[in-house]
Amino acid sequence: MGPAVALRVREIDELWWHYPGHQTARRDGSGRGWPCAGSWGAGPGAGRPAGEMQFSSAQARGKHLWLSGDRRQLYPHSLQFYLEPPTEDISLSEFESLAIDRLKLLKTVESLGVSYVRNSDQYNSKLASELRKLKFPYKALADDDYEARRKDHISHFILRLAYCQSEELRRWFLQQEMDLFRYRFSQLTDNLMQKFMEHVDLSFEAISEDLKNELASELSTSTPGFTMSKVKEQMFYKVGLADAVDLFRARRVFIKDGFAYVPFKDIVAIVLNNYRAKLSKALALTARSLPSIQSDERLQPLLNHLSHSYIGPDYSVQKSTGKISLEQIDALSVKSFPLCMRQLHKALRDNHHLRHGGRMQYGLFLKGIGLTLEQALEFWKKEFIRGKVDADKFDKGYAYSIRHNYGKEGKRTDYTPYSCMKIIMSNPPSQGDYHGCPFRHSDPELLKQKLQSYKIPPSGITQILDLVKGMHYQLACQKYFELTHDVDDIGFSLNHPNQYFTESQKLLSGGREPKKEVSNSGNTQQKNNSQESMNSNSTPTSSNTTTDAELEGLEAYFTED
Amino acid sequence: MAPFEPAALPELLPVFYRRLFPHGAYGRWLSYGGAVKNYFQLREFSFTLRDDVYLRFQSFGSPQELERELQRINPYKIDIGAVYSHRPNQHNTVHLGAFQPQEKELVFDIDMTDYDDVRTCCSSADICAKCWTLMTIAVRVIDRALVEDLGVRHRLWVYSGRRGVHCWVCDDAVRKWSPALRAATVEYLSLVKGGAETVKKVNLCEPIHPFIRRSVGVVEKYFKAYALVGQDILGSPESWDKVLALVPDEHREPLQSEFPKKRDSVQRWALLKDRVERTRAAAGKGATPCYADWEIMLQYCFPRLDINVSKGVGHLLKSPFSVHPKTGRVSVPLDLQRLDQFDPFAVPTISSLCHELDTAGDAGEQEDSGETEPKRRVRDYKKTSLAPYVRLLEQFVEEMERARRGERLRRSDLQGDF
Repeated sequence: MGPAVALRVREIDELWWHYPGHQTARRDGSGRGWPCAGSWGAGPGAGRPAGEMQFSSAQARGKHLWLSGDRRQLYPHSLQFYLEPPTEDISLSEFESLAIDRLKLLKTVESLGVSYVRNSDQYNSKLASELRKLKFPYKALADDDYEARRKDHISHFILRLAYCQSEELRRWFLQQEMDLFRYRFSQLTDNLMQKFMEHVDLSFEAISEDLKNELASELSTSTPGFTMSKVKEQMFYKVGLADAVDLFRARRVFIKDGFAYVPFKDIVAIVLNNYRAKLSKALALTARSLPSIQSDERLQPLLNHLSHSYIGPDYSVQKSTGKISLEQIDALSVKSFPLCMRQLHKALRDNHHLRHGGRMQYGLFLKGIGLTLEQALEFWKKEFIRGKVDADKFDKGYAYSIRHNYGKEGKRTDYTPYSCMKIIMSNPPSQGDYHGCPFRHSDPELLKQKLQSYKIPPSGITQILDLVKGMHYQLACQKYFELTHDVDDIGFSLNHPNQYFTESQKLLSGGREPKKEVSNSGNTQQKNNSQESMNSNSTPTSSNTTTDAELEGLEAYFTED
Repeated sequence: MAPFEPAALPELLPVFYRRLFPHGAYGRWLSYGGAVKNYFQLREFSFTLRDDVYLRFQSFGSPQELERELQRINPYKIDIGAVYSHRPNQHNTVHLGAFQPQEKELVFDIDMTDYDDVRTCCSSADICAKCWTLMTIAVRVIDRALVEDLGVRHRLWVYSGRRGVHCWVCDDAVRKWSPALRAATVEYLSLVKGGAETVKKVNLCEPIHPFIRRSVGVVEKYFKAYALVGQDILGSPESWDKVLALVPDEHREPLQSEFPKKRDSVQRWALLKDRVERTRAAAGKGATPCYADWEIMLQYCFPRLDINVSKGVGHLLKSPFSVHPKTGRVSVPLDLQRLDQFDPFAVPTISSLCHELDTAGDAGEQEDSGETEPKRRVRDYKKTSLAPYVRLLEQFVEEMERARRGERLRRSDLQGDF
């Protein structure tokens, strides 16, 4: 980075100082202009409840205490909700090294999560050793780990900047940070857990013995792993549905009259849920202030580098736009499509229709492999009008959402193709749907038959089914790739259907890209798209970043009745 | 009943909105007691006009203004959306990110097309008296859980006008729920999972959650008459093979050889049920308890909810008392006391109602001749078979108003204590 390394972040701070949205937060002078102030944007006391006041005063005091040498009070616990942005000055070189260490850590969290069952002994010991190696807090009880806690704090906030920039990045960051937090929280003793929960204002009321006895049999059948005698031993807490949303969703808790009855051990889920909500909101708020960060030419390349080198490309900028002809698709779907897309393509050809989830997943994939808007409209129309939809209905109902996907309607966001994580984690297929991940969402027996019909050898099928059983869906897909392309080790880790396609094409054509279709409009299209995807990055998104609502076109808002 | 012709809509709709639509109770419902200022004004309505022209983001200063607009443009269909941060008809004038949906009723949409893999009588948009039982079961299962589990009080169940039912949960606290909590609710209430690539869509294992146990209890009441007798799901080798595909291998083969010896579905079901129940009785002595009978009952009868409709606060849903443009039937509230007797084919259509008005017209006009024009119109629906359904909406609104008064009293009592 040359001489720039010598620059103090403080000088950059002064640039941030002027950015709208943070001005108000900084006028009181209590903080240094980190553009990622927790979940609140107003200055201390500006309409905030008294309970939160203490944070900002603690923040001002924290700086003071640090100067006076008593640094311990700044981080009273080995883990935190990251509500307060850092206030101290750091050099750019430290900025960079902290960021890279945390990325290494999150990357480890991700790969451990793919290879091991979370919270298994192997997972825990490997994660502990990585934390120790990178000098992050790894022992809950260690009381003199100020440096590690500081590193944890600052590096988290730096990565927020790098990973708030798109929905896909936020999703990745949130997932890894959640796993990290889950591990670290689970390592606390009961006593420390209780103290931490009080610290973050999450204490709940235990139900009386009488009530517990009255509900005992229902508590036992509602709470996995709780025999009647265990119910008698443990404390149960009465928690509102919103706080227990994950337990409620999965039916892992007794629900009555709008309350969840949560055993102490599951309070973890509530803390996690609360943390997720806070972090998700904070990321959305940070994203809103992104234009101001982006205009800093010293930080932006670094932040971009951080996000891209670790999550891989998002396939939103189509280098290959216009290089695929519609006639090639049938053949490509057999040779180079991942199973999920092959399944969607077949369903579309068979039924001349796909429901909304399928149109989104497959449509954006096709866009990613290079279909232009004009091609997409032709492709979908040709197929749909062979079914129940006439040309007029297609133009009125479906064409809109295709143009929408290409950023030509509504908010004009240029949508990116879905990653494996998104396909696996969100919007599972229901009645009549063909989207989703075949490794995640199919009956093992059907999957087996399908693989057999695709001429996968029996030993390969067994390997794939074992991976599926262990919930390693991406590894199963990777195995499918290896078997269908006759390679032993693909040498990359698969996380995107479009990556599958690109790698497959590379292999099949010996490194050459698919034959180019001569098309001038394709080139201008490409320009527009990359321009638009940059604009979309700087567009503030709605506060609920994790909802998919923003991806839905107009027709998805109407019920087809 | 006069047959309905979609072509007659332009002629019938003005009569409907002028003389039949229950503007009064409807406005009272969506104003929610006026406790929150502007609540009605911030609500999105969306209209579908002739030739599928959509008008989104309509909003109105008062129920009276809405009434006038309905009578002016006579929409083919009315959808209700969310309560927004700004007036929806001015959404273009505020900054893009600032215009956000804030509140909405928690809604459920249950559609008969989602049951196509387990219906033998009809498919897609068709329904008959046989398969309508599926909707009855759906309402019973969901409504029980809403009340007993979720502690919800104000539910308006409505026939969609064609092939399904909607539910509007209107409690003050619930209208503020986040999309995440709405999605979690749908997942809590869903047991049938998987798309076209999944054969076995219900998988139970111990411990069985009370929600599932109670839902099975509801389904059980209908299962014999509906599935065994009505749909005859074990009536022929083809249909029982479909059922047996859901049974674990060790039970499938013995059942396959026993089934042909039995006379009908009821007897075959008794055989299956007896067999798996024995595994449960023997559980604890090393046997794995099997719940195949419950899984089958649930896969064939348990409600199938559309998560996207419930999850999004901004999602639109067809309004009660909107006419279904294809069938002409009015989307009417369901009376849960008499749900089992509800017959979708007996629901009045816009043409039958207009006909009723015509025949009742002369007699009524003379009696009411002393009254002013608007007052007479308000009461016109009372001369028709729409009246009992309007009464249901009124009762629903009155119940909410009673609860609101009770809440106010409780609060002022609390304050009095200080």
